[in-house]
Amino acid sequence: MKRRLAGALAVAGLLAVNPAAMAQQKISDGVVKIGVLTDMSGTYSDLAGPGSLLAVEMAVKDFVEKEKPNFKIEIVSADHQNKGDISANKAREWFDRDKVDVIVDLVTTSTALAVMKVAKEKNKITLVSGAASTPITNEQCTDTNVHWTYDTYALAVGTGRAVVQQGGKSWFFLTADYAFGHSLERDTTAIVEKMGGKVLGSVRHPFPAQDFSSFLLKAQASGAQVIGLANAGNDTINSIKQAAEFGITPKQSLAGLLMFISDVHTLGLKATQGMYLTTGFYWDYNDETRAWSKRFFESRKRMPTMVQAGDYSAVYHYLKAVKAAGTDDTMTVMAKMKATPVNDFFAKNGRIRDDGRMVHDMYLVQVKKPEESRYPWDYYHIRQVIPGDQAFMPLSESKCPLVKK
Amino acid sequence: MEIFGVPLQALMAQLLIGLINGSFYAILSLGLAIIFGMLNIINFAHGAQYMMGAFCAWIGLTYLGINYWWALLLSPLVVGLTGIIIERAMLQWLYKLDHLYGLLFTFGLALIIEGLFRYQFGISGERYPVPELLAGGMDLGFMFLPNYRAWVVVASLVVCLATWYFIERTKLGAYLRAGTENPKLLQAFGVNVPLVITLTYGFGVALAAFAGVLAAPIFNVNPVMGSNLIIVVFAVVVIGGMGSILGSIVTGLGLGLIEGLTKVYYPEASAVVVFVIMAIVLLTRPAGLFGKER
Repeated sequence: MKRRLAGALAVAGLLAVNPAAMAQQKISDGVVKIGVLTDMSGTYSDLAGPGSLLAVEMAVKDFVEKEKPNFKIEIVSADHQNKGDISANKAREWFDRDKVDVIVDLVTTSTALAVMKVAKEKNKITLVSGAASTPITNEQCTDTNVHWTYDTYALAVGTGRAVVQQGGKSWFFLTADYAFGHSLERDTTAIVEKMGGKVLGSVRHPFPAQDFSSFLLKAQASGAQVIGLANAGNDTINSIKQAAEFGITPKQSLAGLLMFISDVHTLGLKATQGMYLTTGFYWDYNDETRAWSKRFFESRKRMPTMVQAGDYSAVYHYLKAVKAAGTDDTMTVMAKMKATPVNDFFAKNGRIRDDGRMVHDMYLVQVKKPEESRYPWDYYHIRQVIPGDQAFMPLSESKCPLVKK
Repeated sequence: MEIFGVPLQALMAQLLIGLINGSFYAILSLGLAIIFGMLNIINFAHGAQYMMGAFCAWIGLTYLGINYWWALLLSPLVVGLTGIIIERAMLQWLYKLDHLYGLLFTFGLALIIEGLFRYQFGISGERYPVPELLAGGMDLGFMFLPNYRAWVVVASLVVCLATWYFIERTKLGAYLRAGTENPKLLQAFGVNVPLVITLTYGFGVALAAFAGVLAAPIFNVNPVMGSNLIIVVFAVVVIGGMGSILGSIVTGLGLGLIEGLTKVYYPEASAVVVFVIMAIVLLTRPAGLFGKER
């Protein structure tokens, strides 16, 4: 028994190291199966959720029409309810039973990290477009993962640096009192001070909160030029709405450190005008982004968020790599993906680093005044294109074990 | 001038804000107190009904062009009517059982209602503009007070006091109170007690919806707005004394003020201060500040 096991292991070992054997694998069971694991009903369902699924469907449709692959592509989707255990179980089921090859979206850090771990164990690919935290490509990076769209470092650096450059020297933070808010405040403080700005103080609000007027009055009393919102979702929406109500904006300006176009849409331009924010994608940036976004809009009746656009880009790039490599073998496809620059409507000359970070340009935008908006969803002035190598944490600072020097 | 390191002006501003939030607590806990007093049902769906009030106003404005002032009248009527249907179709079978069944039932109901709204409207919610007449604000010297917030305090105080007067000082109110004490005896006098109970539930729900309409221009109208608030409101009811009308009004306003003060001196604790007070009150006066031991 023991000898037979050893023999089997030896054969498996040979197969694993022999590139010729791998090439012969071709597409496992003739189908490339994509799993969209996202928040279909909870807090993030508007910025990811059903829109993410649509984006992936569009990517597959476009790929089949344009590249005419000789393999079949299937999509499955599920609601992870923003829970790590549910996502890990689903991922396991998908990999083991349904032969899923790649999982995309993974909004919410806890679900992303949980699924990345399972995927690494099963030697499958994850394409994180939804989650923001830097540990995904830092302490907890894996060689089977790509972090596609954005991260908290890029948000902090993008908005923080740019706002100081635009003259916003003194800051006050309105921070959600939990890990995400604290790290966003810390990252942004570092960059503000590095740029010669000053942080006058901060107020930590319970998460989630409804009424922000007390905290906003504190921020107002600080006299800071910029109020940095280190919170997200409905907390951000209510902070902004109430800042306008109390006449705080536009005398002091707000910087939304994590905001999506869906938030701006909900709030309207009257309440958000003049705000700076950092995004990986804006639908009205050029002809290419407009063309794609309008197709998206026809189905969803909403313009895509950066998460959804990123999902499309990631899946398309993955499928191209599968076709070029002629196999869906994980390591071969990952190598191909990393060797090929990302060039589509979402990213120009994007590249995937060894830690799994997809480096691409980010945009610093300022929300338009109501009278400047000429058509529906005409929300942003692009104030600055932040080159990828400035937007993301340099590899030299990375704590990812894969890039240990 | 500073009080414990906080400028007087800032303190006054925070107290005013506290009063404004307190008036929301008061009006919501009042509805809960009335429902508990009459029906013995701990109405966990109250938050969802508050949210329905806000959405009802938004739907009216967006699709039917019904303005804020009409919404203030119509939303409570519509949502109150759904309350009456719920009471007739479902709740009335639970009165004979332990309180827990009513609580669990309405909790489930709240989850279903929220789920339906989330499915229909998404999670980011919708915005509801401040009515023209109340736009802008006034400079009080120590703070900028939005007119709309001032209106919220006035409107909720008026409704709270009117409700209190109705229950404590009118004949119909007397029936209501008698019904809580001894429904059988009241029935013997020829009063249609089940009808009184149904209308009471409808009225309690209408109060929640009224608060929802008041809240719509301040907060973002979204499916979870009620569940974020309901736990605090329950604490208010417990502190005031379950079922006590005056207790819920006074504690609602008082706790709003205390919460406001906490936000000045130690913001991190502002979410728990109400529960700390609840624990202390329960340990020293289990029936609540204004409640009677049963």
